[in-house]
Amino acid sequence: MSLYDTLRHFADSWGLVFMGVLFLTFIGWTFRKGASARHRDAAHMIFEDHHNG
Amino acid sequence: MDKLVMKSAGWMLIALLALTGFALSQDPGYSVHMVIIGLAALIAMGAGMKGADYAALARGALNMPADQGLYDDDPVRWGVIATVFWGLAGFLVGLFIALQLAFPALNLGLEYTSFGRLRPLHTSAVIFAFGGNALIATSFYVVQRTCRARLALPKMARFVFWGYQLFIVLAATGYVMGVTEGKEYAEPEWYVDLWLTIVWVCYLLVFGGTIIKRREPHIYVANWFYLSFIITIAMLHIVNNLAIPVSIFGSKSYSAFAGVQDALTQWWYGHNAVGFFLTAGFLAMMYYFVPKQAERPVYSYRLSIIHFWSLIFLYIWAGPHHLHYTALPDWAQTLGMVFSIMLWMPSWGGMINGLMTLNGAWDKIRTDPIIRMMVMALAFYGMSTFEGPLMSIKAVNSLSHYTDWTIGHVHSGALGWNGMITFAALYYMTPRLWGRTRLYSLRAVNWHFWLATIGIVLYAAAMWVAGIMQGLMWREYGADGYLVYAFSEVVSAMLPMYLIRATGGLLYLSGAIIMAWNIWMTIAGKLRDEKPMRDAAFDPAKDHPLPAATAIPAA
Repeated sequence: MSLYDTLRHFADSWGLVFMGVLFLTFIGWTFRKGASARHRDAAHMIFEDHHNG
Repeated sequence: MDKLVMKSAGWMLIALLALTGFALSQDPGYSVHMVIIGLAALIAMGAGMKGADYAALARGALNMPADQGLYDDDPVRWGVIATVFWGLAGFLVGLFIALQLAFPALNLGLEYTSFGRLRPLHTSAVIFAFGGNALIATSFYVVQRTCRARLALPKMARFVFWGYQLFIVLAATGYVMGVTEGKEYAEPEWYVDLWLTIVWVCYLLVFGGTIIKRREPHIYVANWFYLSFIITIAMLHIVNNLAIPVSIFGSKSYSAFAGVQDALTQWWYGHNAVGFFLTAGFLAMMYYFVPKQAERPVYSYRLSIIHFWSLIFLYIWAGPHHLHYTALPDWAQTLGMVFSIMLWMPSWGGMINGLMTLNGAWDKIRTDPIIRMMVMALAFYGMSTFEGPLMSIKAVNSLSHYTDWTIGHVHSGALGWNGMITFAALYYMTPRLWGRTRLYSLRAVNWHFWLATIGIVLYAAAMWVAGIMQGLMWREYGADGYLVYAFSEVVSAMLPMYLIRATGGLLYLSGAIIMAWNIWMTIAGKLRDEKPMRDAAFDPAKDHPLPAATAIPAA
């Protein structure tokens, strides 16, 4: 198999699985326990800068 | 003192190298560019010597640490002014080339003012000069405030600003002289590309350095978008511009890729320039300035993170939709189409997240023209990210490709989304950066809003009609199997739409001129004496219970 074929088959098998799992992990991470409170803090963080905001 | 001498000698050396390049130059474009580089080096040398604090140098009191309790906003202020300036220049050239399409005599019979030379001048001026300066300025503003830390590497930040302006001048003068790689949105030639690479790496160091020295534990989501924009643009720029110059003393180079590989590399670059320069970077503005102006936190922080990762994972694959029905393998075309359609979801998630930030404060759309601008920007973000996936579908693309529909689509995104969110950010930052209580005139912002909105509507509607008509006329076959319309007939049929488009552009430019005046007066410290924007009506005379009811006659 040529390099092109090897890369192409890697891309539509393990490469795709790897990217898919990575993506789902990143998305799933925002649903972990206690994330909501952290998100609330992060969203409000930009309003804490009273002097130079 | 030694340091100043060394620095001046360094600038002098660059000027001398430019002079050598000028002497050995193979073509006029390269010669002009060497003169510009030499002059820039001499100006930098002069500024360094003039601005040096000789008394402090004599005392040996060098490297006084800057006050870490203050934000370093000088490059941001310059960036605001540069954004307004390049915006006006880019919109003006855009209006001129729109008129050239309607009235070809405006090409003036000169190669320097022909449509083919001025079009890249327009696209680069609005995307890289106007948009780029807006991104650099807002990123320096936002990263300091969300990290609660002063900008890292202050000298390098100044180099980023001025180096970027030099890049713009070299690119713009090059286009007029015909110095171009001929790759859309990547026209600058090899030495200008190398210069931008240096500037961009410094930009990454300043931005990343500020994040590293942050005083807030969490990195606010706007910075994620800015960082992805900076890193991805670096990668795209380097790969797409791999080229071999004919001579190091000449402006011509040839791409490292050929044929369909070159085309795919170019549109992998081109579409991700849209995705990461014009989308991720401007979404960073949205995630900071919309909550700040609305004085409410972003609707869902979780959704903003999902928005981020979805864009990152999907956008990079969408480029092949620019090459439907070409020599590109069919599976790659389909891949580009499928990823483009999937992109609709995160895009609308982001739009909804931005709009719903106003949840509970919708009245601000009526009372605050800056919020109104932001809402219009988000509406156009939603519209153009719906239109884009639609146009990437092969069947639709067979009608829309190569027609003015594409131009209309690009401008609904560029004028509506990028333009409006940038104007809103400029209006937000200007009074704060120059320590004014408010903008010179809020009513002028309202004028700007309406002129720009009507301008975009005229522009986009005219291009939809022109593009779909053009596509249908091109594919119209007669009973005998011949094409019904000649190309020239299609062109003349589009004249009314071209005139409407130019009118839209004129309105958009007029709005920007009002903004320039408003920002100028704000910087000058003036406040226009004007009636505040309308408040909810209240009539004290009617504020009482009804008297005893009189008999109502039966119907």
